[in-house]
Amino acid sequence: MQYLINGLTIGSFYALVALGYTMIYGIIRLINFAHGDLFMVGAFMGWTVLGVFSATHAPVAVVLMISLLVAMAVVGLLAVGMDRIAYQPLLRASRLSILITALGVSLALENGALILFGAGFDTYPTNLLPTTTFLLGGATVSWVQVGMFTLSLLLMLLLYLFVQHTAVGTAMRALSFDQDAARLMGVNVEGVIMITFLLGGVLAAASGVMMGLYYTQINFLMGFLMGLRAFTAAVLGGIGNIPGAMVGGLLIGVLQSFAAGYISSQWQDVIVFAVLILVLVVKPTGIFGERVVERM
Amino acid sequence: MALLEISDLHTFYGSIEALRGISLEVEEGEIVALLGSNGAGKTTTLRTISGLERARSGSVKLAGEEITRRRAHDIVSLGLSHVPEGRRIFANLTIEENLGLGAYLYRRHPALIKERRQTVYEIFPRLLERKDQLAGTLSGGEQQMLAIGRAMMVQPKVLALDEPSMGLAPILVRQIFRIIEEIRQRGTAILLVEQNALQALRLADRGYVIETGRIVLHDDAKALAQDPRVRAAYLGGEPEVDTAQGTDTTN
Repeated sequence: MQYLINGLTIGSFYALVALGYTMIYGIIRLINFAHGDLFMVGAFMGWTVLGVFSATHAPVAVVLMISLLVAMAVVGLLAVGMDRIAYQPLLRASRLSILITALGVSLALENGALILFGAGFDTYPTNLLPTTTFLLGGATVSWVQVGMFTLSLLLMLLLYLFVQHTAVGTAMRALSFDQDAARLMGVNVEGVIMITFLLGGVLAAASGVMMGLYYTQINFLMGFLMGLRAFTAAVLGGIGNIPGAMVGGLLIGVLQSFAAGYISSQWQDVIVFAVLILVLVVKPTGIFGERVVERM
Repeated sequence: MALLEISDLHTFYGSIEALRGISLEVEEGEIVALLGSNGAGKTTTLRTISGLERARSGSVKLAGEEITRRRAHDIVSLGLSHVPEGRRIFANLTIEENLGLGAYLYRRHPALIKERRQTVYEIFPRLLERKDQLAGTLSGGEQQMLAIGRAMMVQPKVLALDEPSMGLAPILVRQIFRIIEEIRQRGTAILLVEQNALQALRLADRGYVIETGRIVLHDDAKALAQDPRVRAAYLGGEPEVDTAQGTDTTN
């Protein structure tokens, strides 16, 4: 039970990042390798803002809210910039060039963070969050876990509603199916792609800040592993499928938590990636996937 | 001044010149057929007009306004809708959502979208019956209706139709052609690309024949239908579709 609770908490962070992978893959068939690094930048943004405000005596809730919002805004814009500068010019080029560009963007972000924030670990302030807990079915649940999980679910719900019930969301689904036909409907395809990057960045940043608050230690390379795990989650759920990414993220989180608990935390990633391979072998379309994952 | 005026249009795919100077006009209230065999450049002509392909040179004017360099989504807003070859409906969306996307330009005016949707359902009652189904579950004929209905959501000045009869049973072809006539009567001019030359010429006022990227003939539809060159090239071997006792076999 304890492992389940812990797993769901980190799983919800994975899900937020996985959504970015899946949405961007859904519309432009790009595995955006730099997406995990957006999560990292989000974590650093949150940390920076918290650092600035820690000198003031503003209420904790307000400070947390501001750092979350600032991180989401900055990373959202960063994602849009990434799209405009690195990806848009290549949309009509071969898949491989854009994929390699994504790797380049990832390296640029990691090394940029290395320059700005140094190679060591930075630590989120630990005295901000309440430490109160309660018991649930023999497991200790902290209010922080409840809060973060709820916030993640809320963001996912908002995203889902946006995609299902707004004109732009419908356009997103349409252009993931047929870009030219969407253009003929009057959809500004480049604009919708930009919005998708924006949303992906915003969610990744929220995940980054929460991860920072939860584990307290952040590092310029943290996006890499997160990226791999979230990508696994997206593939597990069926890449291109939004509910799939949500479920995939939670499953990976739980799986990892159980693996760490019952086997060893050394083995958790081995098990997570073994699952990735297994999914690719047995059901390459993932749990909810309708399309076959295209080889690049 | 014609409603749609295309002059000396050249389009390339890489180094291949697909259009070698196409000129044609569509007047208000007209149905104009663009005929030709596979690979002649019919589809490329439509794709260039609607902005999906970029013209190397030449011009496209809609109601006097230069649209050659405009982007596809802007051209829709100026009053030209293009129903692409193969229908290209969004199979992953419902019929209602497909129609809503057709009116994407009016996304901030839900009342208008509702009204337009009503008009489309009047023309295509079949779509109303199935409005909450995924478009992918529709039959070929219904998909074609949806594709046309979706393009009509903006009430365009010009509707460009690419092979609306493709893959449909004769009875459905007749139905689609009747609908095209009805759309004309509602005030939309039509540029119709067809391989089904005989039927297209029966419906159209004028026709153009395109061969390897050039217009080689153009005349009144009646005259074209009688033209020996046209008959030899496009009508010769074709069965009289109208007399076929077709049933709906495309489902």
